[in-house]
Amino acid sequence: MIGLGHYLAVAAILFTIGVLGIFLNRRNVILMLMAIELILLAVNINLVAFSAYLGDLTGQVMAMFVLTVAAAEAAIGLAILVIFFRRRGSIAVDDVNRMHG
Amino acid sequence: MIAILAFWLFAILTIASAVLVIFARNPVHSVLWLIVSFFNAAGLMLLLGAEFIAMLLVIVYVGAVAVLFLFVVMMLDIDFASLRTGFTRNLPFGLIVAVVLLAEVLVALTAWKAGPALSGRAIPETSTPNIVALGQLLYSRYLFAFELAGLILLVAMIGAIVLTHRSRRDNRPQNISKQIDRRPFEAVRNTNPGVGEGMKL
Repeated sequence: MIGLGHYLAVAAILFTIGVLGIFLNRRNVILMLMAIELILLAVNINLVAFSAYLGDLTGQVMAMFVLTVAAAEAAIGLAILVIFFRRRGSIAVDDVNRMHG
Repeated sequence: MIAILAFWLFAILTIASAVLVIFARNPVHSVLWLIVSFFNAAGLMLLLGAEFIAMLLVIVYVGAVAVLFLFVVMMLDIDFASLRTGFTRNLPFGLIVAVVLLAEVLVALTAWKAGPALSGRAIPETSTPNIVALGQLLYSRYLFAFELAGLILLVAMIGAIVLTHRSRRDNRPQNISKQIDRRPFEAVRNTNPGVGEGMKL
């Protein structure tokens, strides 16, 4: 019998993998953004699991908003990445120590 | 029985592909594993009865976000090998942080189980289909938030276009003020050449 706890455990493990990904790939912004997507996916699984087991659809509406914000964040983040690469020729996070053009 | 097997399949594949996302050497492989992870998470959400969110996950994440990542990874000419230099150095610290975080979350999970428990309860049966119920909620109670989500997407779209747009140096745009400033006497000259003399320019 698969209960709510199983889904929450999956979401917790996924969240941890996302955080680990941010720690491991400290220099690669693209992989950091992917790890953030994994974290948001874990949040979505949590919201949908609670929504399903409580019989309350509000959680799924919130999951939809999280999805919207994740898509917007990915678009803006990658756009910033592209102009950063154009100016500096690198995407290493260590190089992001100057804000002047 | 099939639902239980499907849960374990989807859960294990989601977590395994998420691990491969952060450990893959090639970022293109990372994006592809991310797509696998999203597909399996969509399967998990189907098992929970959230069909709309599952399809949204496939359309938005796989169809848009992952393809956007793929575009950027392939468009930028990056030496990814040099970006992995700190990987092994960060590994012990990262693993410590991850284990502590996971332990904390799992402790929270068991503490929640001690409370008024939903544990052992099955997913309640609903009479209306998931998409119908979600639509009724979204277009009545959460209409304002829904419109706001659309606005966020619009702002993100305009922001991404404005950020990445650049005017090339070699293109020759229309110079409108120069066009309007032009007068007939600068452009046209009336001459009356005699027979057999030809034109003098």
